[in-house]
Amino acid sequence: MHDLIQYIQSYLDSDRTPGGAGNILWATVYILLVFVGLSIAVIAMNWLERKILAHMQVRLGPMRVGPHGLLQPIADAIKLLLKEDIIPEGADKVIFWIAPFIVVLAAFTVFVVVPFGPTHAITDMNIGILFMLGVSSLSVLGIVTAGWASNSHYPLIGALRSSAQMVSYEVAMGLAVVSAILMTSFSEQGGTLSMIDIVRRQQEQGVWFLFKFFPLGIIAFGIFAIAMVAETNRAPFDLPEAESELTAGFHTEYSGFRWSLFFLAEYSAMIAVSSIAVTLWLGGWLRPFPNLLSGNTWELAFSLVPGISFLFLAAMCFYNTARMPKHPLFKIQTAGLAGFGAVLGLIGLLLFWTPLRVRVGDIFWFSAKVAGFMYLYIWYRGTFPRYRFDQLMKVGWKVLLPTGLGLLILTAAVGMRVELWQQLQEVLHNL
Amino acid sequence: MNPSVTNPPVATAFFFYLLAATMIIGGILVITRKNAVHSAMALITALLAQAGLYLMLYAPFVAGVQIILYAGGIMVLFLFVIMLISIERTMKERQFNKQWLVGITAAAVLGGLFITVYTTVTRTASGKESTLFPSGNRVAYVDAQNTQGIAMLLFDRGAGTYMFAFEIASLLLLVAIIGAVVMAKKRI
Amino acid sequence: MGAMLEISTLHYLVLGAALFLLGVIGVLTRRNVVIVLMSIELILNAVNLNLVAFSRYWQGIHGATALHGQVFAIFVITDAAAEAAVGLGILIAFFRNKETVNVDEVNLLKW
Repeated sequence: MHDLIQYIQSYLDSDRTPGGAGNILWATVYILLVFVGLSIAVIAMNWLERKILAHMQVRLGPMRVGPHGLLQPIADAIKLLLKEDIIPEGADKVIFWIAPFIVVLAAFTVFVVVPFGPTHAITDMNIGILFMLGVSSLSVLGIVTAGWASNSHYPLIGALRSSAQMVSYEVAMGLAVVSAILMTSFSEQGGTLSMIDIVRRQQEQGVWFLFKFFPLGIIAFGIFAIAMVAETNRAPFDLPEAESELTAGFHTEYSGFRWSLFFLAEYSAMIAVSSIAVTLWLGGWLRPFPNLLSGNTWELAFSLVPGISFLFLAAMCFYNTARMPKHPLFKIQTAGLAGFGAVLGLIGLLLFWTPLRVRVGDIFWFSAKVAGFMYLYIWYRGTFPRYRFDQLMKVGWKVLLPTGLGLLILTAAVGMRVELWQQLQEVLHNL
Repeated sequence: MNPSVTNPPVATAFFFYLLAATMIIGGILVITRKNAVHSAMALITALLAQAGLYLMLYAPFVAGVQIILYAGGIMVLFLFVIMLISIERTMKERQFNKQWLVGITAAAVLGGLFITVYTTVTRTASGKESTLFPSGNRVAYVDAQNTQGIAMLLFDRGAGTYMFAFEIASLLLLVAIIGAVVMAKKRI
Repeated sequence: MGAMLEISTLHYLVLGAALFLLGVIGVLTRRNVVIVLMSIELILNAVNLNLVAFSRYWQGIHGATALHGQVFAIFVITDAAAEAAVGLGILIAFFRNKETVNVDEVNLLKW
């Protein structure tokens, strides 16, 4: 037993990711952890979306299934698994079956390179960001084949519109990503495409790329933030799957388990593009103000934040337990909520224990930033009206693309201003 | 000049044969299926297996470009066009040419030529035998150098031998965009 | 069996040749234009595989920065994209005129 702990500790002290060290066992463990974490995140997103959207619309959302609707996602999952599996007549069975799997494959494979910490990634590819953009563009194939295989015109039009939208906004996303990668090349070690090295460059340059070259970083981030919402077919760009327009678009004819695969892939894709945004502009796993507020006391203070946040959640659970109705039929729900609060409190207390605190800090800050993006997604859905399709394409090609190109040129010019000034003086000198 | 292999990769032969089998089966499905969408899906599988083979050849940037451009761009274009032209009628027609026998004979002759070239054992003047491609000369994989190396060849002022070709390629893409738009418009 | 397990350049070249043959058979025997275009893409991929395999072989002789084969492969992929776009544009224009996608019905100039 002591040997096992020794082995685990000696592994966790290494400075390479499992893929970089060629360690298959640990790579498999990390893959399973990411998979489980992603599933829990999708379940939590389902509940959070319904509750937050409800509260924004001054109503309560699901309250019946568990205490405050906490077991609602599980009820939804059971319902979807037990539904009848309908295949429309005349549909191409092979393609109808493959299409959801392509989308799920593309959405999950992206997480191989997402960096939760300096060594907490499954692997650190040399071409990390290129891999993520490429694999997430494979989901367009799944959507197009899903729409076509349904043998019905609403899904076909929805699929064609959805894939046209995704392809257009991929171009804008790519340009914004290129200007962020350009900023990494202004360190001494040169530019890099690897996700972990991008965050390290931000650490060395002492500034998150969001704030670098003052408006340029924020505008690039803005272009990416808009394009990523359009890329994942979420509001306000969700015309292809809006119920009032096209009766759920390309996944109209899918029911039960297959629909849940599309839904799983959509949320995973949201988390994946948010991870790209967090890594490229918001400093990845770095805590806020790593250089300004440095020193041992600040390190200690910031490392207590994960534990304090879980304790805060536990306190809210207990407060709501006290506010539950005192009816005898509510006893199980009250006990359940108190139990949930106790579990959260236990996790919070566990996060004060020093070895865990040091290692989990990076993962916590990364997850907190991605969670902020998820809240933004839900906020957009509750606030903005839907774009019409031609307005959508006009924004993608006529507004975001020229802005991205201009931004790229400006970032390069501002970054190389010293060399450009010297060249200009040479030219003027030789005239 | 011949650095030894430092970190030998894992299960190379298994992955090579797996990916090669995927590509060959994908290729055979492309040329024999009646339904064009099935051919397109088989081609996508073959292209992704090809990206895996590029990774085995220590060319990660080319693998990334293959996934983004070929599998994620060109094949989407193919699928759009297949879906916009009606194919139910074409699935009932005859699939193969009238000259299919001549075609297969020509391909067989080409195959024979390949086999001859790859298995020729030449004898040099001092009596040593050698085939066309001697094996060996493995290079250690230096991490984080592939993309930078390609960028040096394409863009560097001193060692960049492909800058002109790069500019011509961008001109070619411009011509292709204009050509495709003109071709597909109803009225010019 | 030992020779089959040690993957050398020749393995990749034989695979490339096999894919090239499959592409050639597809171009010469199919009637549907879209499948002919897809067979052309197979041919281009076989060529790319050869180029990258030789680039690895060349790296063994000239050091790790002799990446000429890979650069050439990137240009071939770019070229394939341009050609696919124009080819499919021609296909759409032709389909609008004659309502067929078979290659051997393009015979208006036949005597």
